[in-house]
Amino acid sequence: MTSILTNLFDGVAYGMLLFVLACGLAVTLGLMNFVNLAHGAFAMAGGYVCMVLVNRMGWPFFAALPLAFVSSAAIGIVLERALYRHLYARSHLDQVLFTIGLTFMSVAAVDYIQGSSRVFINLPAALQGQFDVFGVGIGRYRLMIIVICGLLTIGLQMVLAKTRFGSRLRAAVDDPRAASGLGINVPQVFAFTFAFGCGLAGLGGALSAEILGLDPYFPLKFMIYFLIVVTVGGSSSITGPFLASLLLGIGDVAGKYYVPKMGPFVIYTMMIVILIWRPNGLFGRTAAR
Amino acid sequence: MNASSDVGYHAQRHARWHYGEAVFWLAVLACGFVFPNRYLIMTDILRLALFAMSLDLILGYAGIVSLGHAAFFGVGAYAAGLLALHGIVNEPVLALIVAGLAAMVLGFATSFLVIRGVDLTRLMVTLGIALLLEALAERFSNITGGTDGLQGIEMQPILGEIPFDMFGKAGFFYSLAVLFVLFLLARRIVHSPFGLSLRAIKNNPLRAAAIGIPVNRRLIAIYTLAAFYAGIAGALFTQTTAIASLDVFAFDRSADLMLVLVIGGTGYLYGGLIGAVLFRLLQEVFSTITPQYWQFWIGLVLVVIVLVGRQRLHRWMLYVPNLIIKQVAGRKAVVAVPEGDS
Repeated sequence: MTSILTNLFDGVAYGMLLFVLACGLAVTLGLMNFVNLAHGAFAMAGGYVCMVLVNRMGWPFFAALPLAFVSSAAIGIVLERALYRHLYARSHLDQVLFTIGLTFMSVAAVDYIQGSSRVFINLPAALQGQFDVFGVGIGRYRLMIIVICGLLTIGLQMVLAKTRFGSRLRAAVDDPRAASGLGINVPQVFAFTFAFGCGLAGLGGALSAEILGLDPYFPLKFMIYFLIVVTVGGSSSITGPFLASLLLGIGDVAGKYYVPKMGPFVIYTMMIVILIWRPNGLFGRTAAR
Repeated sequence: MNASSDVGYHAQRHARWHYGEAVFWLAVLACGFVFPNRYLIMTDILRLALFAMSLDLILGYAGIVSLGHAAFFGVGAYAAGLLALHGIVNEPVLALIVAGLAAMVLGFATSFLVIRGVDLTRLMVTLGIALLLEALAERFSNITGGTDGLQGIEMQPILGEIPFDMFGKAGFFYSLAVLFVLFLLARRIVHSPFGLSLRAIKNNPLRAAAIGIPVNRRLIAIYTLAAFYAGIAGALFTQTTAIASLDVFAFDRSADLMLVLVIGGTGYLYGGLIGAVLFRLLQEVFSTITPQYWQFWIGLVLVVIVLVGRQRLHRWMLYVPNLIIKQVAGRKAVVAVPEGDS
């Protein structure tokens, strides 16, 4: 019984992490209909920035996290303004080719700068180990992830639903032409959203170094997971991707624990079945137009 | 001349063999005699060309974007390896066909998943299938040899007459013969009414359905055929290198394949062949500059190709050949310009 709860806890932490990593992609791919396979590269950038700050320069972990966010967002906005925006109107094939190219470049570049082996971020002692609550083992680090990611999720939902920017974004996504006719600067809204999504990915990358492992092949290894979250979750709200992440996280952890021989098999089968059953995602209105 | 006979006239004119094509194949054949010590790399290029042609059939003609074409390549490779290893089918040509059929069965089964949904779903499903097969191959390591791959494959002589030699000469001419035969078949298919209906589907599925083309059935047919081609390419890989390992399913293989086709251009069959040559040359150049990081440059090439625009790039590349043909033949150039595929 307790092992089930511990697994559930780990799965939730894993799922929350996936959500923070992938929710930027939910906007670009789900809402802006741009196939961005390079999303993992932004996450990796954030992770490496955090690693360098903490391990080499001795920054405290919690000070380095915001910087991981900022640096990934900065890279995101530069690339968006310089390259991505020219491709919004192009075919999906072009977008796939372009972003695969970017991914390959990021993998080789990080390999060149930091070496190809897995890196670890030195965690403060307060985050290590675990404690028991009624016999259920709770990892401190995972608890922190759940807290941070939970707060972020609530914050995102509030911004989208309550603020002026949120309504602008929803308008721009629903009908870009009508929105720009109403005086909304659509490219600016998209650029800002893109950068914010990249920043979140960077933050997720920094947090995931401990759990998912951080090495130059990160963007390729986890690309499929991000895509699953978005395509399965759909894009009508952020609740869809959020639930999909939780499902994926719990499913993956449970799959690895109870049927270790089937390995990643469970996830891929689940994804294909869901996509066949509901091509627009479990909770989606339209995943792509 | 009314409109329908006009269309027929153009279709037939395109289907006819041009001098340029004969020259191309003679040049390929000549390579086999001119560079006797480069057989291994040339065989590699031929395999890649066949694989790329397979993707061209679905991407260039039917407009299906696939991120997991390596799935069929891998099935063909393992099928050929297992057939040879356990001595089920010893004769390579027969084994090649059996391996191709194995991939074809998978292609047929998965085509029903692929024709559903939009581009994005297709990307995900094809990618998922390739990953699934990779996981399966790893899981059943008692059959596939796991991460070590299939080892100790001994190939019997081709047609019982021609043994595979150390320098890869037999392998090269064998691969070339297979590629040429399959090319003829593909050429016949894409210029047939069936092939023309595929183009109609690619340009506008709704309109194609409205004029009475059974869209889904055509897509299933071409997807199955492309799987057969990819399976043959995979089987050739195993037969000429005598190994089959897990990386036949790898994502990199599918991604590289896209690059090959994009360099060569989609939708005129020669794209895969030309792209394969250029890709290997690029790879060679990049790995001499930076052995470990050639992937960076490959990525850069992809990014630049997309940013410049594929159509514009091909116009530039064909500018000089067109000019020469114009001068020599004194008429409009006949080099096929790949169609746009957006």
